[in-house]
Amino acid sequence: MPDTPCAIQLDRISRRYAMGSTMVNAVDEVSLSIPTGEFLALLGSSGSGKSTLLNLIAGLDRPSSGTILAEGKNLAALSSPELARYRRNTIGMIFQSFNLLPRMTLEENIELPLRLAEVDHAERGGRVREALERVGLTHRSGHRPSELSGGEQQRTAIARALVNRPRILLADEPTGNLDSNTGEAILSLLHDLQSQLGMTIVMVTHERPLAERFADRLATMGDGRLLGVSPSGKAVAQ
Amino acid sequence: MKASDLTDLAIRNLREAVLRNALTTLGVAVGVASLVAMLSLGVGLQQLASKRLSQSGLFDTIFVTPKNNFRGMGRPQPRAAESNTPPRPLDEDARKQLEKLPNVIEVYPQIRFFTEVRFNNKPFATVVGGMPDSSRNSGAFDGMQGNFFSSPSANEAILQIEFARDLSEKPASLIGQELTLRYAERQPIPSASASPAESGGGFSVVPKELKLKIIGIVETEPAAGYGGYGNARLLIPLSTASTLRAAQVNDLRDIVRGETADKITYPSLSVRAKSPSLVAALEASIKSMGFNAFSLLDASKSLRTFFSVFDLLLGIFGSLALAVATLGIVNTLVMAILERRREIGVLKALGAADSDVQQLFFVEAGVMGFLGGTLGVTLGWLLGRAITFGTNVYLQRQNLNPIELSAVPWWLVILALLFALLVSLGAGLYPASRAAKLNPVDALRYE
Repeated sequence: MPDTPCAIQLDRISRRYAMGSTMVNAVDEVSLSIPTGEFLALLGSSGSGKSTLLNLIAGLDRPSSGTILAEGKNLAALSSPELARYRRNTIGMIFQSFNLLPRMTLEENIELPLRLAEVDHAERGGRVREALERVGLTHRSGHRPSELSGGEQQRTAIARALVNRPRILLADEPTGNLDSNTGEAILSLLHDLQSQLGMTIVMVTHERPLAERFADRLATMGDGRLLGVSPSGKAVAQ
Repeated sequence: MKASDLTDLAIRNLREAVLRNALTTLGVAVGVASLVAMLSLGVGLQQLASKRLSQSGLFDTIFVTPKNNFRGMGRPQPRAAESNTPPRPLDEDARKQLEKLPNVIEVYPQIRFFTEVRFNNKPFATVVGGMPDSSRNSGAFDGMQGNFFSSPSANEAILQIEFARDLSEKPASLIGQELTLRYAERQPIPSASASPAESGGGFSVVPKELKLKIIGIVETEPAAGYGGYGNARLLIPLSTASTLRAAQVNDLRDIVRGETADKITYPSLSVRAKSPSLVAALEASIKSMGFNAFSLLDASKSLRTFFSVFDLLLGIFGSLALAVATLGIVNTLVMAILERRREIGVLKALGAADSDVQQLFFVEAGVMGFLGGTLGVTLGWLLGRAITFGTNVYLQRQNLNPIELSAVPWWLVILALLFALLVSLGAGLYPASRAAKLNPVDALRYE
């Protein structure tokens, strides 16, 4: 996709941690361009640096060196409140363990980003319903997370990530806690969002077969380095 | 985040660990209650003292005497320059002049004289005092047994309780009975000579009697002892007292000085100002007219200073419990950070700024402070009422009148609530800042 504008551009990104007296390169000189509307899967074994890289793209962490351009913004140059605004408005995040707040209903969990974005009360109901419809959970809106299956919880998390209408969706092992059928359904939902809304999706996963089926490209990491980027099976088939 | 959302989330969070937060809030409530109870006692005592003093009618009154009045032992003698100025007599002209001064409500003479009262054919020596009709509304007679004088010149008497006890073991039974006032009436001797020095301008003293109906009994005599004439224990209307022309202390002095006996001079006059705040200026004007003037304003200032210090000390002791309660808030919120670490990470991942997290913890501390403050004010008020009740039970057993020992004015309620809120927000400072600084990546990883 050479003519498509870049949603995310990583230029020689490094993230180093001090572990006692030694420095650990969790991410080491990674450069990568992710075009708008692409579904990219980040693969790699545990400790390869893929989740750290995702956190850097999410603005939850700052790189030790290099630059990250997301939707034209240099994340390294943003202040803490600006980074919070970026997380609120530009990206949506889903996690392996869903991270729903247990004392809130589905509806209230999904409303949370709208509260943070100070969206008017009058507008909130419609936005929450729209997100719930998109993930097919309208009938469960009054339930608490503990009353839902893993798949339903992850779909709720997706609805929460979508409610502020972000342009980028970041998923950290979204199928890690789900059985294979449910995992497949979740990836199918992500794929639909990509095609219907034109969202850019970056997904960290261990599951290469699923990634081959639903992602456009696969980026493989090892020891903090980007080992290679290849088109997925789906892309090759197309 | 909007304030309504912050409050909503804070209350949800507080309800999550309801027992712990309720106990912390109760700690704040106990702290505020101790503060309010202490200060309510301070305020109550101050009001009690002020009420007693204001009932005496002294704080808006200036006591005027002529400069040639007897000086007490040990008082400095007038300076040479002062003694050269001819002293002004405190006569009717002076009284009218004083009445015309701005902000003066009334000017009346102090009429007090030693005399004998006969009741049930037994003699009782006492001091009679004339009360102006205006003292009816001064509050000094509030709570008296019986009634105030039916008219300004009625032949009626109000007894001071101690004197009533002298007359009868059951003071209340005296109301409606009659007593006889025996007094010395001053009658001028017609001058046979042109020179007052020869005639002496003197007067004769004629014993007289007046029957008075007892209509009331009062606990303390207003203006007790003021002016150096001792407590009046039998009170009669001022007009009645002045028509008696009873011989008074200054009569002998006036004769010695050769002042004519038919010209009325007063040993002293009481000048009432419109308000205590006007007393100082009025006192200065009266002094400039050539009279001695004295008021109890300084005494009231000392009283206010004393109670300010007293309230401060009570407030400090009362605040100690609140200080302990603030540690409870810090502890509760620090625990909440540990428990909600992951939740803070989620909030940050969803776009919460550090300030949002900080405000959330602040509001939680504030809600605990406000609820604790409200509960504490109520508890403090109840505690004050309980202390008042207990004291009054004791006083009644001692045959003493009940008193209002504690008072919770509006300013104390507002001050206590604000103080509880501020202290709680102060206690929330450290936990809120710690929560805001949490690294979201670490927080999300926390199990």
